Amino acid sequence: MDTLNLDAPTSGSSTSRRTFLKGGGLLLGFALLGGTTTSVFAANAAQVTEDEVKAPFAPNGFIRIDPKGTVTLVMPMVEMGQGIYTSLAMLLAEELEVDLNQVQVQHAPPNDALYANSILHIQSTGLSSSVRAFWTPLRQAGAVGRTLLIAAAAKEWGSDPATCKAAHGVVTDESGSKHLSYGELAEAASKLPVPAADSVKLKEPKDFALIGTPAKRVDATVKVNGSAIYGIDIKLPGMKVAAIAISPVFGGKVKAVNEKAALAVKGVHQVVKIDEAVAVVADHLGAAKKGLEAAAIEWDDGPHATVNTADIIKELEEKSKQPGAVARNEGDAEKALGSAAQRIDAIYQVPFLAHAAMEPMNCTVQMQKDGCEVWVGTQAPTLTQMAVADVTGFPKDAIRIHNHLLGGGFGRRLEPDGTVLAVKIARHIDGPVKVVWSREEDIQHDMYRPYYYDRMSAGLDADGKPVAWTHRIAGSSIFARYLPQLFVNGLDPDAVEAAAEPPYALPNIHVDYVQVEPPGVPTAFWRGVGPTHNVFVVESFMDELAHAAKQDPVAFRKALLANNPRALAVLNLAAEKAGWGASMPAGQGRGVAVAFIFGSYVVQVAEVEVGPDGAVKVNRIVCGLDCGMSVNPDTIEAQIQGGSIFGLTAVLHGAITIKDGRVEQSNFDNYLPMRIDEVPVIETHLLKGSEAPGGIGEVPTSIVSAAVTNAIFAATGKRIRTLPVDPEMLKSS
Amino acid sequence: MAFNLKINGTAHSVDVDDDTPLLWVIRDVLGMTGTKFGCGAALCGACTVHIDGIATRSCITTVDSIGDSAITTIEAIGETPQGAALQKAWLDLEVVQCGYCQSGQLMSAAALLTETPKPTDEDINSAMSGNVCRCGTYQRIRAAIKQAAEA
Repeated sequence: MDTLNLDAPTSGSSTSRRTFLKGGGLLLGFALLGGTTTSVFAANAAQVTEDEVKAPFAPNGFIRIDPKGTVTLVMPMVEMGQGIYTSLAMLLAEELEVDLNQVQVQHAPPNDALYANSILHIQSTGLSSSVRAFWTPLRQAGAVGRTLLIAAAAKEWGSDPATCKAAHGVVTDESGSKHLSYGELAEAASKLPVPAADSVKLKEPKDFALIGTPAKRVDATVKVNGSAIYGIDIKLPGMKVAAIAISPVFGGKVKAVNEKAALAVKGVHQVVKIDEAVAVVADHLGAAKKGLEAAAIEWDDGPHATVNTADIIKELEEKSKQPGAVARNEGDAEKALGSAAQRIDAIYQVPFLAHAAMEPMNCTVQMQKDGCEVWVGTQAPTLTQMAVADVTGFPKDAIRIHNHLLGGGFGRRLEPDGTVLAVKIARHIDGPVKVVWSREEDIQHDMYRPYYYDRMSAGLDADGKPVAWTHRIAGSSIFARYLPQLFVNGLDPDAVEAAAEPPYALPNIHVDYVQVEPPGVPTAFWRGVGPTHNVFVVESFMDELAHAAKQDPVAFRKALLANNPRALAVLNLAAEKAGWGASMPAGQGRGVAVAFIFGSYVVQVAEVEVGPDGAVKVNRIVCGLDCGMSVNPDTIEAQIQGGSIFGLTAVLHGAITIKDGRVEQSNFDNYLPMRIDEVPVIETHLLKGSEAPGGIGEVPTSIVSAAVTNAIFAATGKRIRTLPVDPEMLKSS
Repeated sequence: MAFNLKINGTAHSVDVDDDTPLLWVIRDVLGMTGTKFGCGAALCGACTVHIDGIATRSCITTVDSIGDSAITTIEAIGETPQGAALQKAWLDLEVVQCGYCQSGQLMSAAALLTETPKPTDEDINSAMSGNVCRCGTYQRIRAAIKQAAEA
């Protein structure tokens, strides 16, 4: 086994304050060329210059090679479990001609100029876009590095660069007798002019050595021996920890606090009150939590004290009767509906959902006179930096953000609210403070996947073929808040994604969106974003049409996919692997769903069993996938497994409800996660494509719900139109 | 008050209230961060440690309840044959995703293999269903436990 750096920069009492300031973010250390254990600290926002001194070869934002041969790859996107540090390192290493076990990876500092994601136009990890966005730029960056290192060797030897080759971090001349390692070349290569990224030659896919092979995750070892450092694990000299209570009603304020009682708890140092929250600062969280309880906080609930889910749904029901912003309009859907042989109408609803990442929200802040320093795990480092600039008034450059491994993201860590709150608290504290949310705070002060209310109508002709399709989506717009520049004429492109462009040939289609903001319930992106909601609705309704047409659900879909060969191929693959059509025992059923989302074609077939008590057991998920070229097939399989379970948790258990302005769920006993005894067998079948890679992390989450509810229909004849599945409704009476 | 704790074979003296959960002593007072906080209510298993070999949720175990018992955390589980076999299987089968719950998963699995060297699926369900993984690595966790049991 290779030897890894276990000396994370924040562990060990001998680590000096200066090292902390220099280090900050965790660098995942790996065995270097010689296979020796090396302790290396991350460069960070303010240490780019120092890093460049130590690593003279830095031809772009992503590659650092020092004279000792240490190859550091700077990761523009963050690792939250999706395996991106491995996949992005593979893209760089493929063209740089180094092995994965010869590199170390490093969290990037916030810098949109260097690290913006070309799909999101910001340094942000989301929308299953990392591989898609960096597929070309990182291979180019690697090729630039390789070109320069070869040029430096050729110059040294007086050879033609075209005759030299690079492999495994070494350049070799034409005769094969001369060798120079990347470390030996780093200094000389750093003095050569850097070619333009689009001027270097990239490998042909047939020559890929890494891309497409199942590579070992670069972050695995530190995650099995307890040495991985997440934001919550940061330790700084003199650091205190804080437990917080935020107004249980969104928009409420602190009314009264028993500070004296809190301060009487051993280990408690300070009570901080800000408008919407109270923090108890202590030596350890045990004391802080005890102090918070003793503080017996009273709240002024504010304007949202009477908000409840039923009223929110009522408003959605009303407002969805009116036309919305048009996302797609082809033909004349209304007219076609009127003349159809058969008309089908349905209303679908999906609930608010919390993210509930395993690592509760947390953020460590050290306020300084002219700036501040932040240690956090974030999907959006530059946005976080800007949010801190806004709340403090400090210039952006005075705010240093040290990113970390994320103990789950799922969209929650795209939001800077936790950091802003920590900064507001840290202002009142002398020295660094780590603010850690309880699980209850994490669930009750999440920003939720919106509640959506969808009205569907379709018309079938006498042969059962769809001739009209209308889909109206009503719900909160996340874009209107998060990316207002993309919220144009009342249309939220995320809210209609996968609804406006189903993979099928549908004449006379009309899709529109009505923005309805729930009072006092903040909303945000959740794994699978628009498609998680829309694929459930579209594929459930498609199943209803197949049933109304008295056709097999797979055959019905195939007929509408004649002009979509990639989708059709994946459907054929999944149906075959699932044994579609084979009979099943009573009480069991098979369901299918098809989608083109995040640049990937996906089909799932689910097998479920429904008990007399209405309990649903998902036994098997067969997933067919065409995501173009795959970078790390093992990661793809892991994402299909895990992403499906994330979606299954939601379809079977997930709902956040509001009563008297308060979120009713609080912990894993009433916001249920799927556990090991519930999980089905999940099979992944990958079609090898030659197209540029599609996204993957959110694909299975988006498709699994419809496959499962369609299987429930096959098993019981009962159509699930509201999530999560209600076993009461499935009881056999 | 002062408590003497034996963690991973080393004696530690800590001065905290007697109702302080062991989790915060391990993480905040002693600075061993491999043991994770997930729920604070023994609902997710992220904080699992061994107390005299028994898988225990440290978030609800108060420091005054431990006495002379030996505490083992993720940092030292690799020194046991079960822990080492599990860590290897975890790496061989690429179990981890975000990794945050995996310390607890491994601690529960190590206690399982110590008690039941050849666990059935039912044994695995029963020992591991207290450990939540939001990334959904369960299928590989099950396979890795089986591989380690064969090692």
